[in-house]
Amino acid sequence: MLPLAALAPWLVGSVSLPVAAINWHSIMFLLFATVACLAAVAVVAADNVVRMALYLVVSLAATAGLFFLAGAEFVGAMQLMIYVGGTLVLLVFGVMLTAQAPFVSIKSSGGDRVLAGIVGASLFAALLLAALSVPAWRQPASMQVTGPSATPLGMALVGVRVDEPPADAPAGSSQSSYLLAFEIVSVHLLVVLVGAAYLARAKRRKVPRPIEVAASVEPPESVAEHAAIGRGGRASSVLTGGSA
Amino acid sequence: MTPIAFAPLFGFLIDTPVSIAHYLVVGGILFTAGIACMATKRNALGVLMGIELVLNGANVNFVAFASPYLASEGSRSLGLDGQVVAVFVILLAAAEAAVALAITLNFYNNHATVDVDRADDLKG
Repeated sequence: MLPLAALAPWLVGSVSLPVAAINWHSIMFLLFATVACLAAVAVVAADNVVRMALYLVVSLAATAGLFFLAGAEFVGAMQLMIYVGGTLVLLVFGVMLTAQAPFVSIKSSGGDRVLAGIVGASLFAALLLAALSVPAWRQPASMQVTGPSATPLGMALVGVRVDEPPADAPAGSSQSSYLLAFEIVSVHLLVVLVGAAYLARAKRRKVPRPIEVAASVEPPESVAEHAAIGRGGRASSVLTGGSA
Repeated sequence: MTPIAFAPLFGFLIDTPVSIAHYLVVGGILFTAGIACMATKRNALGVLMGIELVLNGANVNFVAFASPYLASEGSRSLGLDGQVVAVFVILLAAAEAAVALAITLNFYNNHATVDVDRADDLKG
């Protein structure tokens, strides 16, 4: 990933590690990145759906740590609150509601796994090639520390930009804000809320009441009498003692 | 044997600042794991988890490009744009998870299974 020249002093091994040289940002990055990637691979490798959910929680939380390290505190907090706190609870509820014994671990066939491994490896190779192909992306970070990002982000969402425009922006130009996108997303969320509640609502039972069954098939005299009364009003359920 | 002995192997990782490419590699791993998860899992909820991983991998890239801390000297970061997109992706992922879960529960109610291979009612 880094040129071999940077590696050379360590490979030679003649220098001891100066403590001051330790870049704690890099160490924390390494920690969070390792946890996130290992947990993501564990999600794929696990067969038990409950364990998959657990590994997903770990992976998403470690990713939130990466966001904090990159200076995006607000996004990291959103990740923790919405993803880890909300979406994952939803998923775990789904697991709990559908976790009948045969479905806790549905194994996929070996051929599928091999095929997915090949496809995944080649996809990752392509992504790696793309990520490392641009020299500017491989330059070490400038480590230019900026202020907290929550205030500029929140103000930009309600239509006011308080962050500094880039240095090369033409003078007098104003930065656009994200008010429209914010509105669209909020309406979208409302629609999704209604749609999800509609989809997941408790269905009315489709089982016909006994009196309707009796009325549809050639009824004996007494039941037909009841059915005739039943058509007149709601007394039918009283007459038949409620539904079976 | 001191911990220093291991330093030659990982020295370049702990004494140089990380770059955007580091984040891109992490994002690539998450994305690939998500794709593999979506492709292989037969449990509908496992497929959903794969989707979450894919979106999360994309988010890592957005945040990395948005960070002025990670941008190299003299280059510009995406700035606030990347962070806003990342927040929107998180919100839409939550919405998508809610709807997909409702559909999955409906499928479970109707078919008494969450195996996506059994969802072939529309097969021509």
